Amino acid sequence: MKKRKKSSLRGPKGRSNLKKEIASGASSRPFFRKGGASRPRNDGGVSLPASLRDVENHYCAGCGHGIIHRLICEAIDEFGIRERVIGVAPVGCAVIAYDYWDFDVTEAAHGRTPAVATGIKRVLPGNIVFTYQGDGDLAAIGTSEIIHAANRGENITVIFVNNGVYGMTGGQMAPTTLAGQKTATTPGGRSLRREGYPLKILEMIAVLPGAKYVERVSVHSAQETLRAKRAIHKAFKMQIDNKGFSIVEVLSMCPTYWGMTPIQAADRIKNEVSTFYPLGVIKSC
Amino acid sequence: MAMRKLLMCGNEACGEGAILAGCKFYAGYPITPQNELTAYMAKRLNETDGVFIQAESELAAINMVFGAAAAGERAMTSSSSPGISLKQEGISYLAGCELPAVIVNIQRGGPGLGNIAPSQGDYFQAVKGGGHGDYKMIVFAPASAQELLDHTYLAFDLADKYRNPVFILGDGLIGQMMEPIEIRATSDERRATSKPWALTGCRGRKPNIIKSLILAEGALEEHNKKLQEKFNAMKSVETRAVTHNIKDSDIILVAYGSVARIAKAAMEKARARNLKVGLIRPVTLWPFPDKLIGEACARTKKFLVVEMSSGQMVEDVRLAVNGRADVEFYGRMGGGIPSEDEILQRIEALA
Repeated sequence: MKKRKKSSLRGPKGRSNLKKEIASGASSRPFFRKGGASRPRNDGGVSLPASLRDVENHYCAGCGHGIIHRLICEAIDEFGIRERVIGVAPVGCAVIAYDYWDFDVTEAAHGRTPAVATGIKRVLPGNIVFTYQGDGDLAAIGTSEIIHAANRGENITVIFVNNGVYGMTGGQMAPTTLAGQKTATTPGGRSLRREGYPLKILEMIAVLPGAKYVERVSVHSAQETLRAKRAIHKAFKMQIDNKGFSIVEVLSMCPTYWGMTPIQAADRIKNEVSTFYPLGVIKSC
Repeated sequence: MAMRKLLMCGNEACGEGAILAGCKFYAGYPITPQNELTAYMAKRLNETDGVFIQAESELAAINMVFGAAAAGERAMTSSSSPGISLKQEGISYLAGCELPAVIVNIQRGGPGLGNIAPSQGDYFQAVKGGGHGDYKMIVFAPASAQELLDHTYLAFDLADKYRNPVFILGDGLIGQMMEPIEIRATSDERRATSKPWALTGCRGRKPNIIKSLILAEGALEEHNKKLQEKFNAMKSVETRAVTHNIKDSDIILVAYGSVARIAKAAMEKARARNLKVGLIRPVTLWPFPDKLIGEACARTKKFLVVEMSSGQMVEDVRLAVNGRADVEFYGRMGGGIPSEDEILQRIEALA
């Protein structure tokens, strides 16, 4: 954690009082506040990617969304595609991703994100279209859309954020909630017999010929975040090179609904979540 | 340019209307009795360098249309009753995000899976807002293959004009029936509509955002007020209806779509028997021609509404009449089609 604070990959929000943040939760906080106009910014003197707006974020302390938003923006800047890119935001904690991203964005109905992206990309094949989806959006209500978009080999990039809970609605069980994990709707812990098994949707997608690049990464440490950055970079490169459907699953922390401090949450990914959801390239064509 | 005359089923005519209107994107899912439309779009969009996608579901289809519309393209989807139920969420999002698109419902019998025979049981769903939230759509009620073409053609212009979905409410009868159609326009006549709000990449401008999530205090109410102003503007200029003999009638029939053709034949039979019968055929079901019906109450004290439903449009007729005349209803359901003689019997009973 100490290492991460020094990293240039830290989320767009600066240092905060973590205990206070966790105690207060996200709901009482403004959705965003305009920050200073100059770049570089932040107390750490960190410069922002041009594609990332200079605003304070609404995510809880220790949440991975800010980091992942930033990695996407860095990739977009590195490819110089900010004026060609079109993002599709999900329903979930990241629904207002357009408040952070400084390029064209639409929201999609819950789970229909890949269908919306399909419509955009087919009409504008020269643009770079990506979806940003949570585990509820992609692996529960939108299972059909992601499988079929992958199977059609849509030339889009999918960033799939797996934090194992429904954050926006109050921490209910997600399709990716681990066995035994306590959530608002599994107060005694997820029972495999009652609720079934955590869904490994990436492994399902990997068997489809239409899916060309499938990798699982994490943002629980600086080292893993660098790997995540490379994976997101590659997922955009695949699209730029017209190679077809790419998906990067990013294991991400939800300290608020895991009932942990940010450090404990990062450790949980390292010790527990990544054991069930192994990191690495699943498929690369 | 010379007029072309073709023999087509209504579903194909609808597709041709879309192609003539410059529709470049169609996503759909098979369901009877509208399959000829989907197949026609697959063929014609291939010929016109458009995009056709057979989607994995109605949910995906309407949201692919959402994406295409967001990217500024003229886009359409079609289905029949159960499939249209699945599209309602997407239609609400289109309206909330102010995206233009054309949605076609070739109705079949319901509720549930029902059957594949013609029906008008989806009137409430189309006209009163089948999806969630306060929104309205212009709803066309074509009564022939020709009107399926003409209304679909016009629907794309109105969708772009108002940045709102436009709905075509047909039924299996006109969808399947072969009729001669005349093509007056050519697709070359279409001019690209400027869509500065579309998502095309932010080159040379500030980023565009398309969304219906509006969280700031009071902002969603303001958004709704703006939408209502737009719906009121539609109401003032987009109401359409066709009338027959309403100046001197003791009884006015009110019917739409394919039933209106049967009602017209019944009216002619009644006139041959010296019964003063007229017909009002709403061409738009929303906005509804309530003013026209209200004015007709000054002369006519009996209305007979005929539908292929248990009585849905009749509620709007009663609202328009507002107690100033008697409103009777005759309907068939579940694929039953009212015959001329059945309608004539009701006319004679009223006379």
